[in-house]
Order: sequence, then C-alpha cells, then structure tokens
Amino acid sequence: MKKKVVSILTAVTLCAAMLAGCGGGADDAATTETTETNETADAADSTEETADAAEQPAADLSGTITAAGSSALKPLADDAADAFAELYPDVAITIDAGGSGEGLKQVSEGTVDIGNSDVPAEDKLEADQAAELVDHQVCVITMAPIVNPDVAEAGVTSLTKDQLISIFTGETTNWSEVGGPDEDIVLVTRPTSSGTRATFQQYALDGNEEASNASMETDDSGVLLQNVKDTKGAIGYVALSYLTGDPGVATVAIDGVEPTLENTYNGTYPVWTYEHMYTKGEPNEVVNAFLQYIMSSDYGPRMEELGYGVSANMTVTEH
Amino acid sequence: MKKNKSYGMFSKEYFWRGLMTAGGLFVIILTIVIGAFLIYKGSDTFTVYGHSLGEFLGSADWEPMDNSEGGGAVGALIFIVGSLCTCGLALLISTPFSLGSAIFMTEISPKFGEKFYRPVVEIFAGIPSVVYGWVGLTVLVPAIKTVFNRQVGHSILAAGLVLALMIFPTITTMAADAIRSVSDDCRKAAYGLGSTRWQTTYRIVIPAAAPGIISGIIMGLARAFGEALAVAMVIGQTTALPTSIFSTTKTLTTEIAAQMGNAMEGGEMKSALWTMALLLFLVSLLFIWLIHFCGSRQLAKEKKDAKGKK
Repeated sequence: MKKKVVSILTAVTLCAAMLAGCGGGADDAATTETTETNETADAADSTEETADAAEQPAADLSGTITAAGSSALKPLADDAADAFAELYPDVAITIDAGGSGEGLKQVSEGTVDIGNSDVPAEDKLEADQAAELVDHQVCVITMAPIVNPDVAEAGVTSLTKDQLISIFTGETTNWSEVGGPDEDIVLVTRPTSSGTRATFQQYALDGNEEASNASMETDDSGVLLQNVKDTKGAIGYVALSYLTGDPGVATVAIDGVEPTLENTYNGTYPVWTYEHMYTKGEPNEVVNAFLQYIMSSDYGPRMEELGYGVSANMTVTEH
Repeated sequence: MKKNKSYGMFSKEYFWRGLMTAGGLFVIILTIVIGAFLIYKGSDTFTVYGHSLGEFLGSADWEPMDNSEGGGAVGALIFIVGSLCTCGLALLISTPFSLGSAIFMTEISPKFGEKFYRPVVEIFAGIPSVVYGWVGLTVLVPAIKTVFNRQVGHSILAAGLVLALMIFPTITTMAADAIRSVSDDCRKAAYGLGSTRWQTTYRIVIPAAAPGIISGIIMGLARAFGEALAVAMVIGQTTALPTSIFSTTKTLTTEIAAQMGNAMEGGEMKSALWTMALLLFLVSLLFIWLIHFCGSRQLAKEKKDAKGKK
C-alpha cells in the first residue's frame, strides 16, 4: 500500500515537473523560433545586472537585450546589434522577428526588452497596455511600389496616385490602360494585418482598401520581391531596405516622384512611416545605450546604406 | 536488510512504472489542455464578437477587424474550400501512385522493395516541408507557367502537386504494412484455385487490406490538411473562392500562418484565427476517429474470418 502511494507520488511529481517545465517553454515558444529561450529567461536577470551597470562608467556596459517584432525592422536591428556589440562586447543582444503584433504583445508582457513595430502601439494593443509603453522612433522607412522589369521596360516608370489606387483596388486590370504592355496586372501584396500594407494603403492609396480577392498575398517582403521578379505583369510594394543591391525589379515613381530617401527627407515622396522600438516604461541603461546608438549620427550613414531613413534628417514630420 | 530489499523493489519496479505512467499521463493531459486552450481562445469569435457558427462555416466574407471593437465579417468558407480542394487534389494524385508503390514493394518485388524501395520512400517522409515548398516555388511554379502558358504559376494545382509528393510516403508505407499483414494463407489459397498473381492481388489481397489502406489514406489527408509552409509558398494566397485548379486561393493553415504574427492580441481577427485553429484541431480529431473506426472494422473482420475458419 505504502509503495503504491510512493509510486503515485512519484508519478505526480514527475508529471508536475514536466508540466512546469513546459509551462515556461510555452511562454517562450511564442517569442522565438530557435534557441533564444535562455536569453529570454535571462531578461528578468538583466534588470538586476543593469542596476549594477548603472554605477559603472558607460564604456563597460554589460547585460542582455532582447527584442522581437517587425520583420521590416529586423535587418537594421541586427546590423546595429553587431555594430553595438563591437563597442560593448559584454552586451548580448538577441533579436527575433515574428511580426509587429507579436513584438508589441511581448514587450507589453515583459517577455522582451524591446518591441519592434511598424505601427503605433495603439493599433495593436488595448489602450491601457499601450499607455505603459515608451515609443522610440528609431528610423524612417520608405515603401516603394515595384513592378516586374518587363512592365518598366515597356514604359511604365511612373504612375499617378489615381492610377495606383485604381490598380490596387482591382479596377484597372491590364497594363495597357496605364500605358504599359498588353498584359494582365498581377497584384502581389501583404496580408491585411501587415504593417507594410497598412502604411502603403494609408499613404499611397489614400486609405482605399486593396482588392484582397484579386491579389496574391505573401508572408514576407522577401518572398514578395521574388514573386514580383518572377511574374510578368506583377506589381507589389516593399520597403526600400529590400531594394539595396540589385533586386531584379523596377521601382515606380508616384506622380513623378521617385521613391528615394532624399525625396522622403524633403517631403515630396509620401509613402513613409516611422519605425518604432517600444520599451515598457523608460528603458534601462543598456537598452537606452543601444537605442541612443541606433539614432546617433555615428550610425546614421550605415543606416542609410541599409535603405532606412535617419529620423533626424526629416524636414517634414507629418505627411 | 529488509529496508534494502524494499528499496531494490522500489527502484526496480515502482520507480520505472511511475516514470512510464507519468509520461503517459503527461501526453494525455497535454492533448486535453491543447484542446481546452483552443476552445477557450476560439470561442471568443462567437461569444465576444457575436458571430454565428453558420457565418463562420458558410460565408465567404472574410474581413475581420484587427482590433477589439469587432464588427467585421469572419466567414472562413474560402479557407475551408481551399483546404478541401488542395487536399482532395493531392489525394487524387497521390493515391494511385502510393497504392501502386505499395503493391510493387510487397507483392511484385518484395526483396527489392524491402532493401531499396522502402528506405527511399522513407527518405521522402524525412524531407522538411520548407524544402518541398522551395522546390515547388522554383521548379513547379515556373513549369506550370510554361506548360499551361499562364501568367501566374501559383495555383491550387501547384499546391496539390507539392502536397501529393509530401503525403506519398505516408500512404505508401501504411498501405504496404496493411498489405504485408494479409495472411499468406489467403494468397496460397488463391494461387491454389488457379488465380494469377494480379488476380490474387486485386481480388484477394487488396480487399483484405482495405481498412489499413484507407487508414493510410486518411493519415495522408491529415498531413496534407495540416501543412502550412509548403502550401503557402506555392498557392498564391488570394482571399477568393477558387474557380479552377489554376486559381490562387488560401487554406486554413496558410491564413493562420500569414496573419498570426501581426494580428492584435485579443482582437477580432486573432479570435477568428484561433477559431480556425480549433476547426483544424476538430478536423484532425475526426480523421483520427476515422482511422480508429477503420482499424476496428479490420479487427472485427479478422475475428469473423477466424470464426469462419473454425
């Protein structure tokens, strides 16, 4: 009898241990795709570490920074993290994608230090949750309409806003209607919850709803680029950061204004938005140093090389 | 001394038994917890946002609001139809090949089948789905473009072909197992009555193995139904009901994968996505029930056969 009790107790204990271990895992599973669980768990510890760090001179910062969210912002965050790590070797930075909604959710729950987002927190969180977050507008991102090279070669290098709206709402279905080849227009877009789509819809299409029932949606901008490149008559949109190097697609000017960083800075090109890095409350010293570094003039030129705009260079702040 | 003995007994018997029991219980609890969690999350669509089940299952109007105010439309018919079409097409393509392979490796060339063919088929099963998707995107999609002279190669056809390739090993190995388990007495009896090999296979072995083969097909269907990544890469993801096998459309899994990262927590869209996840869970439960149903029918049949022999 006693033995039976012991065996049942063992079973229950083991079961509980497994569940407890799993409980922790479930929280983190959403965070990351791979092995960052340790770092995520360390996030809590890092607050203590940074309390110590505060007393030390800035040159030897140490601690961990975790970030998650927008895939559009990830390349910049990765690059900045590498550069930052050279200055402060004791700081470990982990950056995950997962989408703006996911980043905001996690920073709001305290799972990560920084939540990257294409859209303001109010769009994706309850008002009281959003109020706890502090916004850091780290850079400007410019979205450009892109077309398959065959469309550009046939003469479509600029579209008016009305033409663009008519194309993306599915009214114009053949390129010949806007001075291009006699070819069906293939819309390649992003899912409705995407930050890139929201920005493009708001500033390039003046808020007009894209024709979801006639467009091919792609899960990320890299795939979108590939699809536009491979499909004759395709049109889509990506951030300029995807168009560095030789992307194999042609950009289209809107009302004659080329989508470039210069035109974004001087306010003539309308389709841009701030990229946000949110922290819950004021950032601790390590996180703050990282954010300051990204927005510093030291890092600015590198940021532009990657296709992101420096917030300080903007001559207009509103659209 | 006595203490020692009881300790030995404990470690030999009860400790391991306890460990196994814990493992078993853990899996059962996990399944129930997942189901309960999906019901808890997915019911928001109906309780908080006030949509009807009929709207969710029967309407093709998909415009959920990405906020907690709601008021959008959550008709998931497009995704349900998309899933059914791609999986149906995959089964249609895959089943004849799978059955042929299974018969080949068990009845026609058992030695070659066991030593070479079976391992090759099993390698198929081990290839990650992203590889299937990628190959589909770079080979199949352009091929469909050229062969059928179409502007866009992404289509239900492409998704069906990729899925057919992915479920081929599942159906083949399960069907082969079922065929192999048919008693040799049946074959010998058939040969004794003057049947040819094909007559034996077609008239005796296949009908006897039918429940197992059907289980294999259902397992394949379940895998196809749950596949998101490979399908997302080649289906073209358009929110519209398909009109032909060249249409681009969406499936339940691709829509969940595409929207979950960006949707607002607790919003109408996220709730609708959870409801779709719940639907997937229920469908897979149905598939598993069907497999058990087929299995028990086979068992009953064997019993009946055994009785008949006596």
